[in-house]
Amino acid sequence: MHELAITQSMFDIVLKQAEQARAKKVIGINLVIGEMTGVVAQSVQFYLDFLTKGTLAEGALVNLKMIPPKAQCRNCQQTFELKEFDWACPNCKSNGVEIIAGKELFVESIEVA
Amino acid sequence: MEIKILKDILGANEQIAAKNRELLEKNKVFCVNIMASPGAGKTSFVLQTIKALKGKFKIGVIEGDISSSIDAETVAKEGVPVVQINTGGECHLEAIQIQNALNNLPLADIDLLLIENVGNLVCPAEFNLGEHLKVLIASVPEGDDKPFKYPLMFTTVDALVLNKTDLLPYVKFNVDNFVKTIKNINARAEIFKVSCTTGDGVSEWAKWLKSRIK
Repeated sequence: MHELAITQSMFDIVLKQAEQARAKKVIGINLVIGEMTGVVAQSVQFYLDFLTKGTLAEGALVNLKMIPPKAQCRNCQQTFELKEFDWACPNCKSNGVEIIAGKELFVESIEVA
Repeated sequence: MEIKILKDILGANEQIAAKNRELLEKNKVFCVNIMASPGAGKTSFVLQTIKALKGKFKIGVIEGDISSSIDAETVAKEGVPVVQINTGGECHLEAIQIQNALNNLPLADIDLLLIENVGNLVCPAEFNLGEHLKVLIASVPEGDDKPFKYPLMFTTVDALVLNKTDLLPYVKFNVDNFVKTIKNINARAEIFKVSCTTGDGVSEWAKWLKSRIK
């Protein structure tokens, strides 16, 4: 839902790094996104196409690495992937969990020419 | 050629949020970010909090809405300084909007600043504003399954307020299950059960908030 704000911030980061590297063109943008953030890939690409018009990132393709939500059991420390409506530890069946992955939101790297 | 970046996309927002926090602390202002879905009772909760703590703290309010100033007008009747932010379509408040709002508030005359975020359980969870506490209001008619549907929000907050408890006799809502779920996924969160209509439970919340400010 807030993909425009996120894409704008991402675009600012990408453009700055590309300019620093004296790149002629940005071909690809590799993002790491936790599934819990609810960021929708198609929306990011849609806004990016719009924002990059006339810049050196025009036509760049977004590549998303989605990180599934993971938790650690507070009781037995087992780590496991969270499934919808089922947050119980597969080892000890405890429901007390700490989220340890799935909230990521960063630019990993860019492909430039 | 590949260039490694590893930069947080929301880093720019985080930087402004840190500046907001600095400004708040310089002026000894304790700031609470109140989030909820539309209609959960954010404005009623702000009003109840003002009524409960008016004698003890000098309170200010920032109202965030996509459009209109209805909420700001309602809150201003309580005689507290209030700034309305209209996001014009954006579904959440960002640190930069709070930075502008802070410039329009008499910070030296405020001890407690309540920010009412835009009604939404998704986006506001991502954007730190510089606040000291994040509070989520869930209301009985929304149903007790919301923690599973909006896990980011529910695992992000410091306190959870279950509002509209006066409607419990009429709605299928299992309070025990709901409380247990919250405790399981967010061990840190304090839980309060209130009705902003009857005022039930508001004093417990006010007492806890007071203890956090001091």
